[in-house]
Amino acid sequence: MTTFRLNGRDVTVDVPDDTPLLWVIRDEVGLTGTKFGCGIGMCGACTIHIGGRATRSCVTPVSAAEGADITTIEGVDPEGNHPVQQAWRDIQVPQCGYCQSGQIMQAISLLKDYPSPTDEEIDAVMAGSLCRCMTYIRIREAIKKAAANARGDSSNG
Amino acid sequence: MTTDDAPRSNSFPGHNNKQGVGQSVPRKEDDRYLRGTGEYVGDIRLSGMRELAFVRSPYAHARLGAIHKPAGREDCVFTAADLHGVEPIIANSGLPGFKSSAQYALAYEKVRHVGEAVAVCVAPTRAEAEDLAATVVVDYEELPALSDMLDAITPGAALVHDHWGDNLFLQTQVAGDVDEIIRTAPIHVKRTLRTARQCMSPMEGRGVIARWESRLNQLVLITSTQMPHIVRTGLAGCLGLSEEQVRIIAPDVGGGFGYKGILLPEEVCAGFLARHLGHPVRWLEDRREQLAGNANCREHHYELNAYADRDGRLLAVDADASVDAGAYSIYPFSACLEAAQVASILPGPYRMQGYRCHTRSVATNKAGIVPYRGVARAGVCYAIESLMDDIAVQAGLEPWEVRLRNLVPAELMPFDNITNKHFDSGDYPEALRRVVKAIDVPGVRARQAAMQGPVRLGLGIAIFCEQGAHGTSVYHGWGIPMVPGFEQAVARLTPDGGLELRVGIQSHGQGLETTLAQVGAEVLGIPIERIQVVHGDTALTPYSTGTWGSRCMVMAGGAVATACRELAERIVAIGAKLLQVRAEDTRIVDGAVVSGERTVTIAEVARTWYLRPQELPADVSPAGLEVTGGYRTRRDTGTFSYAAHAVVVSVDTEMGDVKILDYAICEDGGVLVNPMIVDGQVNGGLAQGVGTALYEEMPFDAAGQPLATTLADYMLPGATEVPLLRIDHMVTPSPYTEFGQKGIGEGGAIGPPAAIANAVNDALRPLGVRMDRLPITPHRIVSALMAREQGVAS
Repeated sequence: MTTFRLNGRDVTVDVPDDTPLLWVIRDEVGLTGTKFGCGIGMCGACTIHIGGRATRSCVTPVSAAEGADITTIEGVDPEGNHPVQQAWRDIQVPQCGYCQSGQIMQAISLLKDYPSPTDEEIDAVMAGSLCRCMTYIRIREAIKKAAANARGDSSNG
Repeated sequence: MTTDDAPRSNSFPGHNNKQGVGQSVPRKEDDRYLRGTGEYVGDIRLSGMRELAFVRSPYAHARLGAIHKPAGREDCVFTAADLHGVEPIIANSGLPGFKSSAQYALAYEKVRHVGEAVAVCVAPTRAEAEDLAATVVVDYEELPALSDMLDAITPGAALVHDHWGDNLFLQTQVAGDVDEIIRTAPIHVKRTLRTARQCMSPMEGRGVIARWESRLNQLVLITSTQMPHIVRTGLAGCLGLSEEQVRIIAPDVGGGFGYKGILLPEEVCAGFLARHLGHPVRWLEDRREQLAGNANCREHHYELNAYADRDGRLLAVDADASVDAGAYSIYPFSACLEAAQVASILPGPYRMQGYRCHTRSVATNKAGIVPYRGVARAGVCYAIESLMDDIAVQAGLEPWEVRLRNLVPAELMPFDNITNKHFDSGDYPEALRRVVKAIDVPGVRARQAAMQGPVRLGLGIAIFCEQGAHGTSVYHGWGIPMVPGFEQAVARLTPDGGLELRVGIQSHGQGLETTLAQVGAEVLGIPIERIQVVHGDTALTPYSTGTWGSRCMVMAGGAVATACRELAERIVAIGAKLLQVRAEDTRIVDGAVVSGERTVTIAEVARTWYLRPQELPADVSPAGLEVTGGYRTRRDTGTFSYAAHAVVVSVDTEMGDVKILDYAICEDGGVLVNPMIVDGQVNGGLAQGVGTALYEEMPFDAAGQPLATTLADYMLPGATEVPLLRIDHMVTPSPYTEFGQKGIGEGGAIGPPAAIANAVNDALRPLGVRMDRLPITPHRIVSALMAREQGVAS
């Protein structure tokens, strides 16, 4: 049995300890916003927050989540209006949409560490989050816009 | 060039300026993608559903012996012998000499590429199904494998299909008379070029859920596809069902790029098993299955000769092109589409007097080839644009100068080129001039001359035109299983005044839920928030060949406009009755029927029609507020969007590293329905093209084993590899489409391999080294430089 907090709610699951957290969240809990991409932590589609840090859930065994505070895309904002989601919408980042949950989770984490990120900082942190529609240019732009909005810098927002 | 010539807006009664054609409105589909509430195949669970795992061949070429099922679990493991009544997938071309291949849903007698499915296992979970698959023992007798197309056409090579006698699906010949030009032309340039086999790698893999619906005696297949109706036609044939017994649903599809424009053996297996077992089954492709078994596009080999006069005017191109088509002809595009396309489009946007081209579609022990974004065009553009640079060097001209002398000029449009491609409209030289200005050629040359040390600077240019939305007259000649013809759309008012649009194409990143709604808004003035675009379900939508070939905005957009105009006539007829005026004295303005001072909203018309018919006079037409509109472009030879690309790179001659320092594109996609979406497509296409040019390659060893089977080995571009891009738009309407729009979805991916390769070679030219193989990796650059040094030394 493993117990953790998921999007503000206590969850207990009874699965083998080495089950990847991704599949626990998707199959046991039934939240499907977090996606499977590669299964080896190389693409970022499965990114969630554990204790506020961006983590690849496909390579995180459920046993490592005991007692952890976990947030998935569904828990970011009840209305889908987190500043990062707003910037994503305004700049029209998504194309097929599949990787975007992971991109947004990674970007929220990035902005905690770098409230005013440079291009280099954005690229360095986001480099592990692949998008085959190649929306990277707009991701960069949207992260800057979200940062500007958070600072209340209307000239850039 | 201006938008003033565009045949748009005024002819549409309900023109909605804020959301109609030409407006960069936010995408309707984005909200669900940003909240994680999109629904892809992997997100769907049906009651009683079981998971499938495939036993796949570890060999590229082997004769199949016995397949040993684990004792006690025989009823959970299926082989070809168990698929009673299932026919193989066959995709023939009608071109003379085409040799047919049969792709069995599970391998029969032989396996012909690594990853080919041999058996399928059923279990409650994927993990259990994979464990079961690991216990199936297969006896293989390994055969010599063909991992390179040039080996496959060598006399005495092993045979992929034993009864063929050689390894050629098809050869074609454009037999132009070039002998006199070859004898007399003052400039002759020659290249041998190679492009790599790639994996299209959508972030969501393929996936399928199959369920037998006993109430309707119908198979329901939920699958990640770009072409639901085509899958239905093909699948029904393989399973021996009639087409009304098959319903295909494509939910949210996590990227396609061509990878999901195919009928899959896995779909056939799942469809069979759902009926046979009486419960739903699901298969989700994992990344290793995708990379190891399905690297399936882009591999071309060219032997090229071009001839020009002293001023750099192109006289003739003489080409020999081979395409590695893999082991099976895939449904519906066949094994020969790509090579046939090479022959017809190699002349590019240029004029020339003579053209000769011999092509081969070669069978090898690899997965069957599927058309990837731009199909053959990325390779072809690389080929012709490499030749143009060589001619420029010989003639002592800048690359852009030699192109300007050879491009089809605007005053000759529309223009029928040497292979009878009908260029519909455009000003190719102007696009080139703009991009040359944007990249600042004199400035780059000055920096280049001033540079010292091991890092060199290079400038590359490429220009191409892209046929999109081409129809029957182009496709029927190939005789492949799918010939696009007419496109339909259904437009239906709901009783509260909303609009439903039903289309047979499938949107998976192109934003068609938004752009088709914009077309509805353009015609009827209904806000896009009240327009629901329904796609991806054969039970709900009219037949369509689906989403491929940059065709949707032209064909589905035209069909939606047609249906909405016919619906407008019906709305007006009813509205006129309500206003007690003549229909010809009314028009639709911003979602209402208007006659002078009198107005009735479309919503009121709908409410009256559906809910209060007693208020309508007896002589009102009973046709109703639902219309299927049919559409075909005025000419079906396709739209020709075009673009000029210019790039500046640095090349580190010690480390082999290539950096993109500046990239400019000038493109013309005709009238843009949503410019912001188009820019996103161009951005994305460019970045995929950077992958083709510099990173992506699936190498195979001599035994046919793929060597990049994880994302740690197969190099997809990430955020750091994608350059900032400047996009300039020209707007030359197509004379043949509804709004003057052209297909533009693929174009971004076509130019970068050519432009980047030309830039790298421009940087390396003073060192006497030329890169003739994609991707241009650091290893290849350093090896070429070392070979050159050793050659000079000896």
